[in-house]
Amino acid sequence: MFRNLLQLVRYRGLIQSLVARELKARYRGSALGFFWSFINPLLLLSIYTFVFTVVLPNSNPVAQPYALFMFCGILPWNWFSSSLMEASGSLVAGGNLIKKVLFPAEILPLVTVLANMVHFFLGLLILIAFLVGYRHWPDLGGLVWFPVIVFVQLVFTAGLALLLSALTVHYRDIRDLLSNLLMFWFFATPIIYPWLDANVIAYKAFFDLNPFTHLAVSYQEVLFFYGPFGHAKGLLVMGAASAVLFLGAYWFFDRLRDSFAEVV
Amino acid sequence: MSAIELSHVTKIYRRYGGRQFATLKSALLQRSILRDLRPADVFAALQDVSFRVEAGRTFGVIGRNGSGKSTALKLVAGITKPTSGAVSVHGRISALIELGAGFHPEISGRENVFINAVMLGLSKREVAERFDQIVAFAEIEPFIDAPVKTYSSGMYMRLGFAVAIHVDPDVLLVDEVLAVGDEGFTHKCLDKFAEFRRRGKTILLVTHSLGLVERFCDEALWLDHGRVRAEGDPKRVVDAYLTSVEEAEGEMLAATTARAVRAASDVTGPAQEPAPSGDGPAESAEPPSNMYTAVEGRWGSREIEITEVTLVDGAGSPSFVFPAGMPMAVRLRVRAHAPVDDFVFGVALFNAEGVCCYGTNTYLEEMDPARLVGDAEVTFAIDSLDLVEGTYKLDVAVHKRDGYPYDYHRLLYTFRTSSRTRDTGIYRPKHHWTFQGGVTFQPQRRTTA
Repeated sequence: MFRNLLQLVRYRGLIQSLVARELKARYRGSALGFFWSFINPLLLLSIYTFVFTVVLPNSNPVAQPYALFMFCGILPWNWFSSSLMEASGSLVAGGNLIKKVLFPAEILPLVTVLANMVHFFLGLLILIAFLVGYRHWPDLGGLVWFPVIVFVQLVFTAGLALLLSALTVHYRDIRDLLSNLLMFWFFATPIIYPWLDANVIAYKAFFDLNPFTHLAVSYQEVLFFYGPFGHAKGLLVMGAASAVLFLGAYWFFDRLRDSFAEVV
Repeated sequence: MSAIELSHVTKIYRRYGGRQFATLKSALLQRSILRDLRPADVFAALQDVSFRVEAGRTFGVIGRNGSGKSTALKLVAGITKPTSGAVSVHGRISALIELGAGFHPEISGRENVFINAVMLGLSKREVAERFDQIVAFAEIEPFIDAPVKTYSSGMYMRLGFAVAIHVDPDVLLVDEVLAVGDEGFTHKCLDKFAEFRRRGKTILLVTHSLGLVERFCDEALWLDHGRVRAEGDPKRVVDAYLTSVEEAEGEMLAATTARAVRAASDVTGPAQEPAPSGDGPAESAEPPSNMYTAVEGRWGSREIEITEVTLVDGAGSPSFVFPAGMPMAVRLRVRAHAPVDDFVFGVALFNAEGVCCYGTNTYLEEMDPARLVGDAEVTFAIDSLDLVEGTYKLDVAVHKRDGYPYDYHRLLYTFRTSSRTRDTGIYRPKHHWTFQGGVTFQPQRRTTA
């Protein structure tokens, strides 16, 4: 198993090319091409701004401007949920490769996670532009935690992606199940409402069990709220759990590996 | 040093659960998650297969469909793992198993070449160095920047082939991919293989093209139902394989013939039985109105009956496959239910397209009938079956001089002429070539049958 993991390093060139291909292929044939990666989050953010300042003004004092607050959680969530949706189908879609070309199958789900991470970074640029526009400065000292949060999310998402992709080979309805589950998960995570609100506190134990709570809250702390990073402990526990999850998922993936070429 | 070595390799494919795809819902409902992830049924694609290919040799694998050839290739390529036994390969492998597997339709040929080559094990710099060669080899320079989805299937395959062959492997695995282009491109591929051989690379070739194996390979392996049937000199292995194929074909033709005869006889046996649908030729006691479009069948008054038809070879043993140029005979057993003094025996040969290759009868050959009583045997012997390879059908009949049929068997008997020469047409006259002056040929690559 660890030899296989090391082998991935040898294939980094391929992973790189496949991520690039994924990004290129997504908007190939559309007039604006790669700019959609910017336009999508831009439009989304504009709509939220309009809705939460004009139509449905949210006056929660801790989270203003509200649209920006939400966006700090939605961007990483989109990375997470699109990664899982795409990864779950990645082995089935890449069946031709698995059957005909010698290369480690785990590359396929990992590539979807990485490609969506690139989209996340592009969306981040829009967010930063808006933060600057609103002259809303987070604590610059807290920003050193930002790469740590991204890394924890990467490991966590990659672990789930491996698990789901391997299972979907055998159970094709996981994708339908997943889209519903993700919807539920989204609303169960403090993304569109602030963490430690009175209503949320009442269910704190439940929220603490939700791994994405710690990621969303960390992003909000680092990108949005002023003041030192206060969620380090939760994040580190979450990081350790993610590492365990990833190794467990990889082990599971490795066990099922030989069945892929035959079942896909 | 051996480049490829398989020792006692068995590959068992598992069939999961006996249904196409499991659903998680049903798995949860029936608490069968663990069971579903375990194989329900097994199928041995390879059983105790051992062979080794020395470095620099070209090794051909032949065998019928489903004999495990492609599985063997995938094991060597490392795409699947053996269930038991060991596979070892030395050197960089490139597998021409499915060309252009992994091309993404939306992006350009150029980008696909890069990704595909990296996938096959080249570094980006190596791809950049070989890029022009690859494109030139595939002959698609004008389209290299167009998305691959706009390519014709030929262009797609050629590009896939070009990439795989330019990976410059030490061991090249080829699975029946030479049919990727027009004649010119095929020759180019063969030239490329020849170049590989000259440079001391190892080639493992899986193919149905036996000529290619004989011409090209240093050694051959014949797989049959997942086991090694023969290994060694390509000519010898191919011959053994062909013999077995002919035997199997003979069995198949025997079954076909038996079925045709039975079907025709069932309908006409009780000759007066009303026809189930119209009065097609098969049910009629009268000959069909148009002899040239008649389908297989049997008709006649049965005053004389053909009770048995046997095809025999030169040694007199029944067969359904006859080597071209060798003797063959049609043996009829007939029975006259009452003494008859007007009878003609006839035989005609048709090829698969229904063209009459030859037809004759005793009356045409000026034998005037005198008397036929009780049981008799009639043999129509061909000294030399001068037909090209193919499947032929046979008419046999006994009728009056004016054509009134006693028993007419139309196209009921099928046999095959086998030949190693791929000549065309119907008739192969006995012939030979002679040359005078400055004509020379390469030393004979193989003897023709």
